[in-house]
Amino acid sequence: MEILINLGYLAAAVLFIFGIKGMTTPKTAVRGNQMSAIGMLVAVIAALLDHNVVRFEYIIIGLLVGGAIGAFIAKKVAMTDMPEMVASLNGIGGGASLLVAAANYLESQKLAEMGQFTASYDWSLAVILSILIGAVTLTGSFVAVGKLKGKIGDSNKVKLFKWIVKLCFLILISGAAYFAIVDPLNSDMLVAGLIIVCLILGVSLVMPIGGADMPVVVSLLNSYSGLAGAAAGFVLGNNGLIITGSLVGASGIILTTIMCKAMNRSLTNVLFGGSMAATAGVSKSENDAFYEGKVKFSSADELAMLLDGAQKVVFVPGYGLAVAQAQHATRELANMLEAKGCDVKYAIHPVAGRMPGHMNVLLAEAEVPYDQLVEMDIINPEFAQTDVAIVLGANDVVNPAASKDPASPIFGMPILDVHNAKTVVVVKRGLSPGFAGIPNELFIRDNSLMVSGDAKKVLQETITALKDL
Amino acid sequence: MEMFIMSLTIFVLAIFVGVEVINKVPPTLHTPLMSGTNAISGIVVVGAILSSGGSEHTTVLSTVLGVAAIILATINIVAGFMVTDRMLNMFKKK
Repeated sequence: MEILINLGYLAAAVLFIFGIKGMTTPKTAVRGNQMSAIGMLVAVIAALLDHNVVRFEYIIIGLLVGGAIGAFIAKKVAMTDMPEMVASLNGIGGGASLLVAAANYLESQKLAEMGQFTASYDWSLAVILSILIGAVTLTGSFVAVGKLKGKIGDSNKVKLFKWIVKLCFLILISGAAYFAIVDPLNSDMLVAGLIIVCLILGVSLVMPIGGADMPVVVSLLNSYSGLAGAAAGFVLGNNGLIITGSLVGASGIILTTIMCKAMNRSLTNVLFGGSMAATAGVSKSENDAFYEGKVKFSSADELAMLLDGAQKVVFVPGYGLAVAQAQHATRELANMLEAKGCDVKYAIHPVAGRMPGHMNVLLAEAEVPYDQLVEMDIINPEFAQTDVAIVLGANDVVNPAASKDPASPIFGMPILDVHNAKTVVVVKRGLSPGFAGIPNELFIRDNSLMVSGDAKKVLQETITALKDL
Repeated sequence: MEMFIMSLTIFVLAIFVGVEVINKVPPTLHTPLMSGTNAISGIVVVGAILSSGGSEHTTVLSTVLGVAAIILATINIVAGFMVTDRMLNMFKKK
């Protein structure tokens, strides 16, 4: 039976790998996700067959309650809230790993009383690690959710939090050493204390990070939620958990790296550098002086006329588009232009939206075909042949200062070269700075026009004007 | 200790497999990738089930913690897979 169960875990891990492999193209992705889900079912059945499972009632209650809650939120969540959703689920996963580690610790005590278990150093280490990663993922994720929702603002107490982080690590290391060396099996209070320290650590690690950097944090916590599972696997000596946890860990690490590259910042800088806007931002009067009299304002009617004669149009969506819920209006306008024989594409910056790939999901929801969504490196050379580039609620990712001005705080960040297009139309509610807190030279260039207003409203007016032409 | 080294070996090799496979996922699908892998990290439900099965070495407290862990892990799994499916179906249409 033992062999069968372990083969079940192996089969689950293989199904997960095939499942992720399916995600390499949009066509096979749905099947891939289903394979992963089947893998999970196989793993759960294998666990139920374990000789340690003699009563099923609690397990079934747990599965039903969790499943119902899960299904409810999956159906309810809006696509704009995906970053918060994924961050919350990371936290819940971390919490589950933490609870498993704690439960397993208690069971090991009982086993030791029965003379069937002796604690080893590597077991102690695994217990501490799974508590650490699980707890940090749990509280860190919920702070990230608060920041994504804008309920927790950027903190100016960066130094205080750094100090708390150091203190937590100090307590953790000394506590862990005592735990491992002196008395691993009779340290209930110590373990409870360490759990609390790790929970505080999770809060203090994420609090000083700027709201604009949350895509990096969410990716990183995604990685942690996997590593927490792997750590629980070490505690239980379960290879299925270890393999699966490390797959998820790897995925989070890769996405974190991609996000950091797209913002031209090192991970250490994101995690410990404080908020970018707090250090580099300009004051409101400086911002106003920068734009004073230099911005050419335009209207939806003019935009419609411009688009009427255009052969190639590129939309550049930013998070502002999602806030204005303008995805469908964008799609409608794009349809009209395509019907006129115009070539329409969407330029997607890697950090457009609030998590990796978020903008793609939002546009896919509005039924934009995914082959029109073009990545930065591929679309950039095309801007020179573009008649009209329409920037919708994006700012820092189209700031030419990033490639030209070494003094700019965002210098070196890869940007979409919209300024190379014949005409750039910026649809924006006002001239306030973006996340980086700096003014944007693009808005005062000769080939730029500004249509101020809510993206959805402006686009709807443009559609009406275009129909009347 | 031998057990630990073997687990560590598996851990490191699996990370390499993960990096290889995931590097091929296009940026378009990064959000579903995250929610999908997130669902997979709910595998910790296996550990939770073992703690809630009422075998002789469990205590009241460990069972309570285990059942709570099952609930959390199942939320993670079900919500993760379902929301990923919702997103991927949007991409599939064309």
